[in-house]
Amino acid sequence: MATASITVSETPLVLYTLRRADDALILGHRLSEWCGHAPMLEEDMALANIALDLLGQARELYSYAARVENKGHDEDKFAYLRDVRQYRNLLLLEQPNGDFARTMVRQVFYSVFADLYWRAMMKSDDPTLAAIAAKSEKESAYHVRHSSEWIVRLGDGTEESHRRAQTAIDDLWAFTGEMFAVDDGERGLIDAGIAIDAATLHDQWLKTVSDVVREATLTLPKNDWMQQGGRSGSHSEYLGHLLSELQSLQRTFPGAAW
Amino acid sequence: MVAVLSDSDLRQRAWDAAATVVDPEIPVLTIADLGVLRDVQVHDGRIEVAITPTYSGCPAMNMIILEIELALERAGFARPTVRTILSPAWTTDWMSEDGRNKLRKYGIAPPQASSSRRALFGDQQVACPQCGSDNTEVLSEFGSTSCKALWRCKSCREPFDYFKCH
Ligand SMILES: [Zn+2]
Repeated sequence: MATASITVSETPLVLYTLRRADDALILGHRLSEWCGHAPMLEEDMALANIALDLLGQARELYSYAARVENKGHDEDKFAYLRDVRQYRNLLLLEQPNGDFARTMVRQVFYSVFADLYWRAMMKSDDPTLAAIAAKSEKESAYHVRHSSEWIVRLGDGTEESHRRAQTAIDDLWAFTGEMFAVDDGERGLIDAGIAIDAATLHDQWLKTVSDVVREATLTLPKNDWMQQGGRSGSHSEYLGHLLSELQSLQRTFPGAAW
Repeated sequence: MVAVLSDSDLRQRAWDAAATVVDPEIPVLTIADLGVLRDVQVHDGRIEVAITPTYSGCPAMNMIILEIELALERAGFARPTVRTILSPAWTTDWMSEDGRNKLRKYGIAPPQASSSRRALFGDQQVACPQCGSDNTEVLSEFGSTSCKALWRCKSCREPFDYFKCH
């Protein structure tokens, strides 16, 4: 019999922390799907390493959310015992890997944001979030470099790699706006000095991404209609499939440990 | 006769025991060489050890915690509390000079001295740990573990691991 989901008391700080934890877990899980399938051995190791960094960030964030919530939950319960509507990650990060170009475009969109975000969060008045930010910032700096080098290679590579990279940019563009969205609960945390206003990161993000894309001889779409919903639990069908794989063991054998 | 040890003697003995624990992925380096061992405290005879992870997702941390517990028990202490601290964030600057030399002898190029953002992204000059040549190139930013990159020496043609600045 499958285990029931937990009920989370989503105070603003718990929700805020879970959103970032879910981002890291879901993208880390997506990248881990490449394990054994990457275009070459070095890339297989690179993607596994990036996934590991993200998983580590997720663990720290879930553990902190558990301490703040103080309802006896822990990192595993948050990861394994919430259903799809309780997940708070960005829609961008649950999008399927597709081909390698799509994975790298998703990665550069997110990593450039994450690098700016964590660097800004190092100044948070919340000491735990500031400490997690200091570690994550160094890691995401490597992720930015890795993914932007690939975008340039793919865009400025063959006709086929250029076409695939451009298609990925066009398809994923509408998911980028959600990274900069701020709701009322987050506004309170921003005013309290705990969170930073993600909207203020947009100009720098756009500049960095534009520079990479230009160097890659690719172009960014002109449309600015943006898809949102992940932060409040309205996900694409893809997340449900991802979670059924991620959670199957714990749902079938509750409390199973290594 | 049982000698009565002061807290500072106890602390030193506990530190020495914990400092023998090696990184399971780079067994020539102790956690003291790496700067992962941050603090040892004694409270009423109970030992508390503080360590800091190298990378958020470093899979060696659980192993290191277990090894610290075992090392202290072997040295005659009761089971210690091992605490993981995140702040200040670990940096390769904490790696001892001794540790850097041991790494080089082991065949891994040690991290460059300063891990400022400039060093993270500036021109990297990494000497080959085999022949010492500066004529080297990066093959991949990500090597066999999260803390290493894969490099190649153009002089002796050998590939080698480089412990990345962090
Ligand atoms: Zn050489």
